[in-house]
Amino acid sequence: MNRRVVITGLGVVSPNGVGLEAFTKAIRSGTSGIRHFMQLEGLQFACQIAGQPEVDEDKMLEYLTPLQLRNFKSSGILYGVMSGMDAWRDAGLDKVEETDFDSGIVFGTGTSGIEKFREAIYKVDDLQVRRLGSTVVSQIMASGVSAYLGGILGLGNQITTNSSACTTGVEAVMMGYDRIKAGRAKRMLVGSCSDHGPYLWGGFDAMRVLTSRFNDDPEDGSRPMSATASGFVPGSGGGALVLETLESALERGAEIYAEVLGGELNSGGHRNGGTMTAPNSEAVQRCIVNALANANVSPEEIDTINGHLTATTKDPTEIQNWCEALQLKGKDFPHINTLKSMIGHCLAAGGSIECVASVLQIKEGFIFPNINCEDLHSEITSLISADKIPLSLIEKDISIVAKASFGFGDVNGCIIFKKYSA
Amino acid sequence: MISGLKEIIKPYIQDEDAFANLNEETDFINDLKINSANLVDVVLDIEDKYDIIIDNDAMDSMLDVKSALAVIESKVAAK
Repeated sequence: MNRRVVITGLGVVSPNGVGLEAFTKAIRSGTSGIRHFMQLEGLQFACQIAGQPEVDEDKMLEYLTPLQLRNFKSSGILYGVMSGMDAWRDAGLDKVEETDFDSGIVFGTGTSGIEKFREAIYKVDDLQVRRLGSTVVSQIMASGVSAYLGGILGLGNQITTNSSACTTGVEAVMMGYDRIKAGRAKRMLVGSCSDHGPYLWGGFDAMRVLTSRFNDDPEDGSRPMSATASGFVPGSGGGALVLETLESALERGAEIYAEVLGGELNSGGHRNGGTMTAPNSEAVQRCIVNALANANVSPEEIDTINGHLTATTKDPTEIQNWCEALQLKGKDFPHINTLKSMIGHCLAAGGSIECVASVLQIKEGFIFPNINCEDLHSEITSLISADKIPLSLIEKDISIVAKASFGFGDVNGCIIFKKYSA
Repeated sequence: MISGLKEIIKPYIQDEDAFANLNEETDFINDLKINSANLVDVVLDIEDKYDIIIDNDAMDSMLDVKSALAVIESKVAAK
């Protein structure tokens, strides 16, 4: 069935900008959202810098009622609900009185309400289980975010949460796309979110995969593709997109941001160099190749790549995988950028925030700059021309963006966005 | 005591008119449209305010203002 799927709404809650307007301005200007956190220093984290959206009480009340905010401690759900509601409104859609069975949600996360979970654990151990209240389950269940959103908006198609570590956001978009493509929904609100805070980030700090060298210079800390990259900076937030059949979008007269041409999800199976934490390069390349085939796009047509590129030693490997998969190198390689240089690695939320950025590049015709990589890694410059890694904003008509995310568990996702034309 | 109870349930009510006209006969779920899951939270807030413990059996009976007041009065008296 040749059903076209377009993007008609975007929402974002990012460490460097809350809301579409602030976010667009931030990514165009290369504004860092990385800050130092006294809490992390107090807890003796090696990495005391992170990305966390700035959301105050008044802002929360624009999205959740005072009752919903009572004993509310799930930052991931907050970011997901905010970005999801914004995307829905941006698409020109309203909350409905009667259930809308044509619209569903795939909204991913890695873990939910970790601070709420911590509080509940202390109460249970203190023999206070009867005093937990009614809000523990809805905040710590993985599907909390999609359940909140489904209830607020009144949606009645499939309402679910996916989870595939750092591939989660891209996977959510692909799952929503597949469902619409299969004719089982007209509209899907897709995206992902991630909690902030030490109880989530601590595990990464313990693995020594976070940078510990920039506690005094937070904005310089996230350095993907740089020779001085020394680990990633943890982040948090939420990103959301409204996917819709072209037919429905045209019928409603909705503004179309871009078209989803297709993509691929796969895994390296922890074989051939792949492990829980490292990618199987063959699988990564296969994912990219299959995404292009699925979208019926040739490598030369790609205007710009939005990479995974976290600022670990795996960045050169990722560039090499793109070169192999596309069979392009040097001057022929497309432009490539990574939002993580500005907002850190927002874990499960990363892929969706980065998809929002990718789509904005198409809609507004620009390639956002990479920051903190003036000193490019020599293994990277031996593969692609340095001018393919923009350090300042490029204003340019963009037709096709390839976006990829790779995650723990040796999982991969690649999606192809295209400028909409009738 | 009814004004104390009114203060406690205020965040949970979803029918302002019924709340404005609250009396002994007012039902928490049917009149005030309190989400049934939130009744647990109402009971915990009552426990905190009056420094009492409300067991599950007593809690099950607290479906309207009158029965809630009766439970609170008896628990406070038994302190």
